[in-house]
Amino acid sequence: MEPFRSVRGGGARAWLAAAEASLLRSLVSQIMALVEPEDFEDRPGPELDDELAALEAMVHGPGADQPPEDPVLARLLPDGYRDDPAAAGEFRKYTEPALRSAKHQAAQEMLDTLPDAGGRIQLTQDQALSWLKALNDVRLALGVRLGVTEDFEQQWGRLKPDDPQWTAFEVYAWLGAVQESLVQALHLYPRSPPGRL
Amino acid sequence: MSTAPAEVDLPRSADNPVSDKPWVTIVWNDPVNLMSYVTYVFQHVFGYPKKKATKLMLDVHHKGKAVVAAGAREAMERNVEILHGYGLWATVKQDK
Repeated sequence: MEPFRSVRGGGARAWLAAAEASLLRSLVSQIMALVEPEDFEDRPGPELDDELAALEAMVHGPGADQPPEDPVLARLLPDGYRDDPAAAGEFRKYTEPALRSAKHQAAQEMLDTLPDAGGRIQLTQDQALSWLKALNDVRLALGVRLGVTEDFEQQWGRLKPDDPQWTAFEVYAWLGAVQESLVQALHLYPRSPPGRL
Repeated sequence: MSTAPAEVDLPRSADNPVSDKPWVTIVWNDPVNLMSYVTYVFQHVFGYPKKKATKLMLDVHHKGKAVVAAGAREAMERNVEILHGYGLWATVKQDK
């Protein structure tokens, strides 16, 4: 891989080997499957406008009010209140469906701009933001599964190369480097004026 | 950062004893999120200058958490929703 670099006027570019593109595709697809609500197939796709999505949300009604049991999903869809289960439940009921669909959409946008066979990638500022979010979700998921702490390097260093987790740690470290290069590339050309997404 | 309408002196009574307590958005430390990424998100989402965003990120990192915004409850809930979209571990709380 050639790490991300700034593009004049905003956005970023990089170059990925075929195996790297295929690894990213596989990991991001797993996140998509994870955050997808069970009845997602029946929902309108991102090509439909917001009004329709809002209408659809009314029809489907609020989401669950309990955190997911899977620790990875619980980290991707965290509580909005600490030490207040009632408020956390209410918050989740009204925000979790939209959060799932936002994560799904960021992952889809990353896949849409990821060439199948690898090669050159050029992202606009908005596409780069989707990459940041989707890469971060993959790192969160791997981090929870691997039990990563602040001493990640030492955890990895204690593993023998034939440990089944060694490769996962290597992938986790690589994803961190990819994300870091993208953040640095975007820092040089911040969106102006800064806005909410 | 927050839209501040002209202040109005509401009558204080036993009926609304907590109405003037502000709500806050808290971001918690997390071993996965990159320091540069968290700083970038604070700049991008809140429009904070890099210096302020970096200070807040370091507070999260060293103290375990930081208050990144204060204001109306609805606005804080919206912040948390946006920050969850970025994978940050954020919660809403009424300030005490």
